[in-house]
Amino acid sequence: MNLDNISRRRLLQGTAALTLGAALPLHRAFAKDTTIGFIYVGSRDDYGYNQAHAAGAAALKSLPGIKVVEEEKVPETDAVEKTMESMINLDGATLLFPTSFGYYNPHMIKMALKYPALRFEHCGGLWTEKDPKNAGSYFGYIDEAQHVSGIVAGSMSKSGKLGFVAAKPIPQVLRNINAFTLGARLANPKVTTQVIFTGDWSMPVKEAEATNSLIDQGVDVVTCHVDGPKTVVENAARRGAFVCGYHVNQAVLAPQAYLTGAEWNWEVLYPRFVKMFTAGETIPNFYRGGLKEQLVKVSPYGAMVPEAARKHADEVKAALTSGGYVIFKGPVADNKGKTVIAAGVSRGQTDPELEKMDYLVDGVIGATS
Amino acid sequence: MKADVGGSVTSSPAGQLLRLPAYGRRAAGAAEYVVIPALALAASLVLFGIFVALFGKNPLDLYFYMYQGAFGTWFSWQNTLTRAAPLILTALCTALPAQLGMVIIGGEGALLIGALAATSAALSLPSAPPLFVDLAMAAAGMAGGGLWIALSGALRHYRGVNETISSLLLVYIALAILNYLVEGPMRDPTSLNKPSTQEIGAANMIGNIPGMDVHWGFVFGIVAAVLSYVLIYHTVFGFAARVAGGNIRAAKVVGLSVGRLILVICFLAGAAAGLAGMMEVAAVQGRTNANLAAGYGFAGILVAFLARQNPLAVIPVAILLGGIGASGGLLQRRLGLPDASVLVLQGTIFVMVLASDALYGRLRLFKAKEP
Repeated sequence: MNLDNISRRRLLQGTAALTLGAALPLHRAFAKDTTIGFIYVGSRDDYGYNQAHAAGAAALKSLPGIKVVEEEKVPETDAVEKTMESMINLDGATLLFPTSFGYYNPHMIKMALKYPALRFEHCGGLWTEKDPKNAGSYFGYIDEAQHVSGIVAGSMSKSGKLGFVAAKPIPQVLRNINAFTLGARLANPKVTTQVIFTGDWSMPVKEAEATNSLIDQGVDVVTCHVDGPKTVVENAARRGAFVCGYHVNQAVLAPQAYLTGAEWNWEVLYPRFVKMFTAGETIPNFYRGGLKEQLVKVSPYGAMVPEAARKHADEVKAALTSGGYVIFKGPVADNKGKTVIAAGVSRGQTDPELEKMDYLVDGVIGATS
Repeated sequence: MKADVGGSVTSSPAGQLLRLPAYGRRAAGAAEYVVIPALALAASLVLFGIFVALFGKNPLDLYFYMYQGAFGTWFSWQNTLTRAAPLILTALCTALPAQLGMVIIGGEGALLIGALAATSAALSLPSAPPLFVDLAMAAAGMAGGGLWIALSGALRHYRGVNETISSLLLVYIALAILNYLVEGPMRDPTSLNKPSTQEIGAANMIGNIPGMDVHWGFVFGIVAAVLSYVLIYHTVFGFAARVAGGNIRAAKVVGLSVGRLILVICFLAGAAAGLAGMMEVAAVQGRTNANLAAGYGFAGILVAFLARQNPLAVIPVAILLGGIGASGGLLQRRLGLPDASVLVLQGTIFVMVLASDALYGRLRLFKAKEP
């Protein structure tokens, strides 16, 4: 059977070479390719979370000696363990990026223990000293980009009502809502953000309903934190509201309505990690960064954004990029009137308290439970 | 659909085969039930090959990678069997009530409730020995899932509510209950960005079958499928169920307690799916969270229909679908096909197998010995 496989493969390779000829990239012929596996929980072209990672993976494909294998729509069950093992056993992958939050524990941890010689990098998890040393977690402080987005949204809103369609009231989402609102209130202190939680990461019908309901209540700028913002962006634009994007640049979906957005910048991070990996350096087990480290970025402003708003947003962006600016700086009250960050306390991005956020700041209309 | 469900017992081939001696009838009938689905499967693979060729991919590559990804290596086999494990159990959730002519499609709900019940059992027994905890988890999971589907059965029997609709709607209720408990009362406060219950503890985890990387759920699935087969085809109870499935009035006339049959069969069906949920907690996730709603319950419906609701046929069909799932990844990676292409293949197989029903009793091969 083995012989059959080999001869058959040769035949296929021969056919491929004949038909594709010079079109085949040269580095395919290198014997020592490094194979890197990417696993996505949704589809690669969701205009959202998964597409952002796929764009990062695509940035690796031009590197010499790197082969990228990808699998989409892998559920957060033992299916992802088998996908990782399949990439390891059948494709020879030595560096894996399971990119969805639910892949981390127990699935990726289990694989990292089983294959101690290979490297596992997870997006969003909180790696601790108890976890295997060949595993790591990385994430971006995308709330910085949300903060800048909020400034633009706050200046553009005529009604003073912003809308936020969010998946679940978990710390990462609450931090985005709060950073967005704090940004909007820099531009217009009277602005409010109405938030609607849909309950899950990918609920297109509920997302559309939430968007419509927000606009019915007078909201004129909508943003979101769900896996695929396409539904929200398109619906809001159709109803004549402005939108701020999330995950990737969605301007192409609604060029007339897209003000700006908070984007991941994995196309910078992944080549950085892969260069460390191929050079034999250790990728840090716990890696975080924001605008300064180029892990996140702000979408180019839409043509409708006036000069004053651009200038204000750019100033804060520059301050965040140079590193001196703190978004969560006391005094901050939650929307029930309780002080959550006392006056004089600055919670910088690396503050672990922010990873536990369970409140909505003053100005947000909505509840976490 | 009801006609199809009863069909395995009473449809036209029986008429043709009655003239054969008993042993010949059995062999020819069994062969028919193997050959026709195999033809349907082959036809769908050919159709899928054409579909893939339209996208400029070589169908021979497709078949090679499907074989390699599903059954080509020992690793691929383990991958396939791991994926098949929950499907056997959730398929029984549809196949058992089908004997009564009921179409239950809510296995996903029973799986989630079973998982919640099993997790609660484990968390309420913090210092018990692992074997005891696992038995308690299994009992709680099966009871929870069983009651969930029995609810559909009761609604059908006492209130005349369509069991297909009620079992489907109960899935969403189960999901809402799960999300509420996991994000509220049962939440582990340290599960920040992935709301989950507390872990059941490493000691209570059920490991793999010795010598292979496949968890015990696969064995439990086979045992459950065999027991279901014996129950349906070799006991008086099963015979009564099939009589009621064939003609409910006739069953009542001969004095069968149809209500009891419905409740017991629905309970057993739900218990199978609940056990699948328990295994997902005890062998895979170690706790309950939204990850459990991975669609095993819905895939089980497909398995049950492809197996023509036969509990024994559920095993190979689940392995086949597990294999398609396992090879789907390789198709994405080697051929650059989107994940949706696997759904196209599953859909094609489903349609072809259902359409192949028309062939039963019409193939010359199986009615050769007419006098």
